[in-house]
Amino acid sequence: MASNSQTSSITATIEKIGRTTVTAVEEIGNGGALIFESLYWLVMGRRLRQPVRLPSIFAQMMEIGIHAIPIVALMAATIGVMLAIQGIHTLRIFGAESRVTIGIALSITREFAPLITGILVAGRSGSALAARIGTMKINQEIDALYVMGINPVRFLVVPALLGTVIMVPCLTFFSDIVGLFAAGLYVNAELSISMAAYFDEVREILTTDHLMHGLSKSAIFAVLIAVIGVVNGAAVTGGAEGVGRVTTRAVVQSISAIVVTDMIFAFVVTR
Amino acid sequence: MNPNINPDHKLIEVEDLVTHYGSRMILKGVSLDVREGEIMVIMGGSGSGKSTLLRHLMALERHTSGTIRILGEDIARLGTRELVELRTNTGVAFQGGALFSSMTVGENIMLPLYEHTDLDRKTMEIMARMKLEVVSLAGFENLMPSELSGGMIKRAAMARAIVMDPKILFCDEPSAGLDPVVSSALDELILRLRDAMRMSVVVVTHELESVFKIADRVTVLDQGKILFIGTLDELRASPSERIQNLLNRRPEDADLDVDAYLTRLTGETVPGAASL
Repeated sequence: MASNSQTSSITATIEKIGRTTVTAVEEIGNGGALIFESLYWLVMGRRLRQPVRLPSIFAQMMEIGIHAIPIVALMAATIGVMLAIQGIHTLRIFGAESRVTIGIALSITREFAPLITGILVAGRSGSALAARIGTMKINQEIDALYVMGINPVRFLVVPALLGTVIMVPCLTFFSDIVGLFAAGLYVNAELSISMAAYFDEVREILTTDHLMHGLSKSAIFAVLIAVIGVVNGAAVTGGAEGVGRVTTRAVVQSISAIVVTDMIFAFVVTR
Repeated sequence: MNPNINPDHKLIEVEDLVTHYGSRMILKGVSLDVREGEIMVIMGGSGSGKSTLLRHLMALERHTSGTIRILGEDIARLGTRELVELRTNTGVAFQGGALFSSMTVGENIMLPLYEHTDLDRKTMEIMARMKLEVVSLAGFENLMPSELSGGMIKRAAMARAIVMDPKILFCDEPSAGLDPVVSSALDELILRLRDAMRMSVVVVTHELESVFKIADRVTVLDQGKILFIGTLDELRASPSERIQNLLNRRPEDADLDVDAYLTRLTGETVPGAASL
């Protein structure tokens, strides 16, 4: 009897692992299908008399991009100053404080600006997207779209996806500038290097390659945020509590996906 | 009998519909039709499959076998464009209204026009106001759905459902959760839509009072099968015990199945018991 219950608990564990794996694979599949369906509506929408509306894309860009500017600026400036402090502190060991600019310029444009922007947009807009789609599903608003002959992917997902993919690289570029500027202010105060000299050096160090590394990464983050938000929102079950659950899940998953993708991207591109 | 009904012209024909939810069979061979200009009420207890049937009639789910023909078209064979075309000819008022909370009442009602017609905004606004007038909500077009009461939301949803002048209107539990006065006003509205706009209306409800007020014909579903289809007089005269229980609000006696009972109690499968 004892061995029997032991076997059954092992089977239960294996079964649980199996089910989780199947769910995960299913969600990744849903995400991929969603990207293809979005592209389909973007290209074919007009021919099917269901065009993707420009005003709704602009509305999303406003919400995802423009409204995020204050918090992105604040965070980018903070990260810039933080990097300057740490850089100077570390380089002082070798007496090489004046070389701090190269560290700041490269880490902001290649890593910190895309990462912090991605995380902020995931927290602001990925969660909002999951909550919006989840609530609409629970209130039968998604069904209502279907019965009105309005495809929800075309009507809800494409504008959000497009808005995110356009705005996240823009925000990243913006945080590049803010971060570099804020770091410059600190370097200027601490090491008495003039802002002009600092920016000359930054211009010398930064090539298009460095900037594009960060910006193209951020476009991938944008796709991840939008798709994970929608897939989670659409998978909602069980009322208001369910909406809270999928919102949290969307944020946790998209931040994890961003960090992991960041590493993989850096590995593949720098080799 | 309502003189507008045209018994030869069937707008909805369902034949032998079988549907599954996962591996569970929900509808077990349902056949019915809805004629032009009639109000067909679908009733049945919870779990009888009436909501599932409605979802299939609205082409929101895929069925396992059987056919559903709406306005003469087999919905399983329609392509994207034809399905959209068909959907502009049907309207749905959902149980909770399903108004889009980010849009005003007026924008909600205009949305089908905006998406499916090339009318200019002024015309769409006038048409939306006309429909609001029909459901006695004139002047409310600039409010948000969250500012409306339950009954008003249902009427606004009705206005959105009829804005394209559909031939068929589906109503899911129109009087659920409303006080008797408001729910009777909604019944009046459904009758008016049938008579003034010549719509066929399919209503899913379990409110007996409104069934007797609005129905031309009644379909009673029980455990995924059709128990009865016919007029109100036939319903009252039905010899079936289950129907009389339903009409007189008597609870059903539970089936006595010893094996199933034991299975439920122990949570284990009793050898030889019919699987549930």
